[in-house]
Amino acid sequence: MIELENVAYSYGGDSLFAGLSLQLAPGSFQFLTGPSGAGKTTLLKLCYGDLLATSGHVTLFGKDAAGLTRDDVALVRRRIGVVHQDCQFLDHLPLSENVALPLQVSGRSKEAQDNLGDLLGWVGLSRQAAQTPPQLSGGERQRAALARAVITSPDVIVADEPTGNVDWEMSQRLLTLLIELNRMGKTVLIATHDLNLIRFAKSQVVANVLRIRGGQLETGVTL
Amino acid sequence: MNPRVTQILGLLQGDREADRAVPPTGFTARLTVFTAAAMAFLAVFALALSVATGRLADRWSAELARTATLRISAPAGEGEAQVRAALQVLETTPGVASARALTPEEQAVLLEPWFGPDLPLETLPIPRLIEVTADADGYDATGLRARLQAEVPAAVLDDHTRWREPLVDAANRLRTLGWVALLLIGGAVAAMITLAAQSALSANAQVIRVMRLVGARDAYIARAFVRRFTLRAGLGALVGTILGLLAVAALPDGDDGGFLTGLGFSGAGWFLPLFIPPLAAVVAFLATRAAALRTLRTQA
Repeated sequence: MIELENVAYSYGGDSLFAGLSLQLAPGSFQFLTGPSGAGKTTLLKLCYGDLLATSGHVTLFGKDAAGLTRDDVALVRRRIGVVHQDCQFLDHLPLSENVALPLQVSGRSKEAQDNLGDLLGWVGLSRQAAQTPPQLSGGERQRAALARAVITSPDVIVADEPTGNVDWEMSQRLLTLLIELNRMGKTVLIATHDLNLIRFAKSQVVANVLRIRGGQLETGVTL
Repeated sequence: MNPRVTQILGLLQGDREADRAVPPTGFTARLTVFTAAAMAFLAVFALALSVATGRLADRWSAELARTATLRISAPAGEGEAQVRAALQVLETTPGVASARALTPEEQAVLLEPWFGPDLPLETLPIPRLIEVTADADGYDATGLRARLQAEVPAAVLDDHTRWREPLVDAANRLRTLGWVALLLIGGAVAAMITLAAQSALSANAQVIRVMRLVGARDAYIARAFVRRFTLRAGLGALVGTILGLLAVAALPDGDDGGFLTGLGFSGAGWFLPLFIPPLAAVVAFLATRAAALRTLRTQA
């Protein structure tokens, strides 16, 4: 599905990591952890085609990422739901339209009429549908970002510190939503430095933990 | 249906959701509409200038090419005889449709603007004038001059070439300048729209980031901007064109064939400015699309 093989990435000549390999199997649940600045966000961006590796091969749904056109990248993004730590919304639009945006850009607006109500109910935001993102709390924004990431029923969900701005109770709720999605067959990759969150997830789902440290990726990490 | 036609129809029909993705920018919108209106207003005048000068050039060229003047400066007492002789020559010259001696009263009217109405014309040695009109084939001016020199030595043929050519040349150049002005106006509209579109794209970098994150193609993102600027430019140009047409219609009219009183449209020419709004919209469409796609490429 998503495969990184012997990948390196450098920022302005400074190597962030090198020789890194990773395979996201369909239906898997993976955590990516590591210290700040280790390259977690960069690795996630490589996984959804937002960055190109300095060297090595990144394969997204069977296609070499380096050979993708800009339109190809857009199509890849439609198969990957991304949840950012800072959420990134269109602040002038109500929550309902923000969540439905992935359907709109892919010409599937009619599906929004069928799915949006249920989805907002699932993340507990039915009453906030008409509010704009600046009117929402941090937790509500995170849940809205998650709803937007899954509205197209993508194959993969990539979340970068999805619980970074919320309390423990809200973190558990968000993680439970992601676990539910994984049980529906979605591949989930979550970058987090919150070890309690990983422990909580491992108590409910078979999750693999990856750790990036010193430019190297360790797999099967035990906490 | 042709994909290009489908694209244009899609543009006119619009995509409400794509449009809403870009927040409204009141100031830029008003500025674009105002500039497009001002440019269209100027374009109407440039068009009026081109059309009017073209019309004048054609008329002067056609009218003056078919007329000539025979001037007879004969000593007192011989004038009438020379006029009759000249008329006889002209009547037998192939290509001359008509020849008519101006009456003393008509000559007095011609001189009135310079000497006033009370000029005692009969006391002055004023040359007699004969108005010559050529037929469609025209006459041989060189041959006619040779004949006149032999038979009416006091006659001088003026076929207006000396001053017709510079006038027609000037009118043609004015017409060219009018078209150049139209091209410059079109270029200025394109430049203005490009700057406004780039400004809007820069101001909406966050919108573009989010759209890309959720899988929007460049064409989808560009469409929201392109349609917005195309409609603004078209609307502004429509307003400017209507105002320009009203201003041209309000110009003083005259049937003396003068340049300033003839600056305007006539007949079907009044429909020409109606092409300005769609042309402005096309220019805006192309300029915004190019700017949007270029900016999106560089923001990759």
